[in-house]
Amino acid sequence: MSDRDKIDAGKMDVAYVARLARLHLSEDEITTLQSQLDQIIGYVKKIDQLDLSGIEPTSHAWPVQNIFRKDDVMPGIDHESIMTNAPSQISGQFCVPRIIE
Amino acid sequence: MQMDVKGITIRQALNFLEQGKCSSKELVAELIRVIGECDGDIGAYLAVDEEYALDQAVLADTIREQGGKGKLLGVPIAIKDILNIRGQPCTCASRILDGYISPYDATVIALLRKEGAVFLGRTNMDEFAMGGSTENSAYKITRNPHDLDCVPGGSSGGSAAAVAAGEAVAALGSDTGGSIRQPAAFCGCVGVKPSYGRVSRYGLVAFASSLDQIGPITKDVYDAALMLEVMSGHDNKDSTSVDMPVPDYNVLLKKDLKGMKLGLPREYFVDGMDGDVRDNVLLAVEQCRSLGAEIIDTSLPHTEYAIATYYIIATAEASANLARFDGVRYGRRAENVENVLELYGKTRAQGFGPEVKRRIILGTYVLSGGYYEAYYQCGQKARTLIRGDFERVFQQCDALLTPTTPTAAFGLGEKTKDPLKMYLGDIFTATANLAGICGISVPCGVTKKGLPVGLQVLGPPFKEEDILRVAYAYEQSVK
Repeated sequence: MSDRDKIDAGKMDVAYVARLARLHLSEDEITTLQSQLDQIIGYVKKIDQLDLSGIEPTSHAWPVQNIFRKDDVMPGIDHESIMTNAPSQISGQFCVPRIIE
Repeated sequence: MQMDVKGITIRQALNFLEQGKCSSKELVAELIRVIGECDGDIGAYLAVDEEYALDQAVLADTIREQGGKGKLLGVPIAIKDILNIRGQPCTCASRILDGYISPYDATVIALLRKEGAVFLGRTNMDEFAMGGSTENSAYKITRNPHDLDCVPGGSSGGSAAAVAAGEAVAALGSDTGGSIRQPAAFCGCVGVKPSYGRVSRYGLVAFASSLDQIGPITKDVYDAALMLEVMSGHDNKDSTSVDMPVPDYNVLLKKDLKGMKLGLPREYFVDGMDGDVRDNVLLAVEQCRSLGAEIIDTSLPHTEYAIATYYIIATAEASANLARFDGVRYGRRAENVENVLELYGKTRAQGFGPEVKRRIILGTYVLSGGYYEAYYQCGQKARTLIRGDFERVFQQCDALLTPTTPTAAFGLGEKTKDPLKMYLGDIFTATANLAGICGISVPCGVTKKGLPVGLQVLGPPFKEEDILRVAYAYEQSVK
């Protein structure tokens, strides 16, 4: 199936996309989003009417390239004030559930 | 102290302060009194930290007594709650940032602070700036001061409502697809979206990084020019901020439009738009003609693809930017989770509201395998065409005149059930973000129901002086 065919088929698998987005959704949310997003995507497909062959994509409106600053040591935000926002910490480090068994 | 604090502009406030007719502390105290009186009805603010505001005012008064200067010394300004202010919460009107305290100042906050501005409070908004009515705030709704049954617009609805209700002298907003200009139009204020790169975005919580800009919402064009001058300029902390000189915008304001060529893009005067809006804008166009401008009919043929393009690019960038809200480093974290994936998934499920979830899903989809080329890349190509439209018309004219919005403020709840309908309201504003050009909304009359109408002036990148000049000449001529 080519990309164009998939688009023409037009259905988004909301539950799958939600997993990619690391977002738990309830069954009700999936049902509601499915119908809303099908409608929105139906509208967005409007850009298929455009002839885009040979057109360069724009990622930024004002083209800037290779912006470097001097490689000087500068003071940053201090560790302590960053850690005051941590939901859970141990000895100044962020604490999360075990990742490696 | 004899003053109408609700109607006071930055210029007037500075005059009062300079002449010693009032102190910043008195001004702030008076505004806090107004907020106490009005904000129960309006709901413009998420929080007003009175002690913090008064402390800054006292400091500004001390600086003034000691002969210190500042372009905004002692002027109270409301801040959209998407900008980091050191030591203050910054919620983006989202539950996911519950408990977060900013450890730093955004660059615009630092620049305003340096000129002596007093941060009065944090204003309500659509969650993460996603929306056009401020109804997507996780905390509360905001009402339009001109009609309490109508929305103030969004996403900077709290900032616009605060200025319109006289609860702030001026405010800051952010604009990704119209979020400064549209609420300014709905509330009868002046709102500027600067060119992409004019104002540093450092410390602005990112929604769509290639579209976002911070700008002022004010009571008149002079104030907008003054604030823009303070906010603009290159910043090492934002690699997309552009290193170009910042003109003294106020000095460049003139009362006539002689020698200016102003375009009317026919796609912005479409069938189906509100007749009252169209009539008021066309009257404003005639006024500009009588001020000496030459009016030219122009066309931006790809306008009808702008909303589709915008909702591909904005949601794609948002889905990537909002990945940082995962419950690990700050803000809310879901409890009773077994593993780290569950921590992410549940934190985000509990922390984000419906519109944010909708946009994360749409944005993730248009970037996902098999769809990237068909949606995201096509969106970027369509963006090239939309930008090209503007490049062409700006060879013929100095600026464009359009309505800011197809209708005046709509009723609370009127569009909440139909997201697509809400999105389509961005049709006249989102183009400027896609093209990176600058735009201003200035009030131009009211509808039969008494709701404000906005005239939008669009100009080429880094030609803010031109759109300010048009808006100022128009505003002064109808005062």
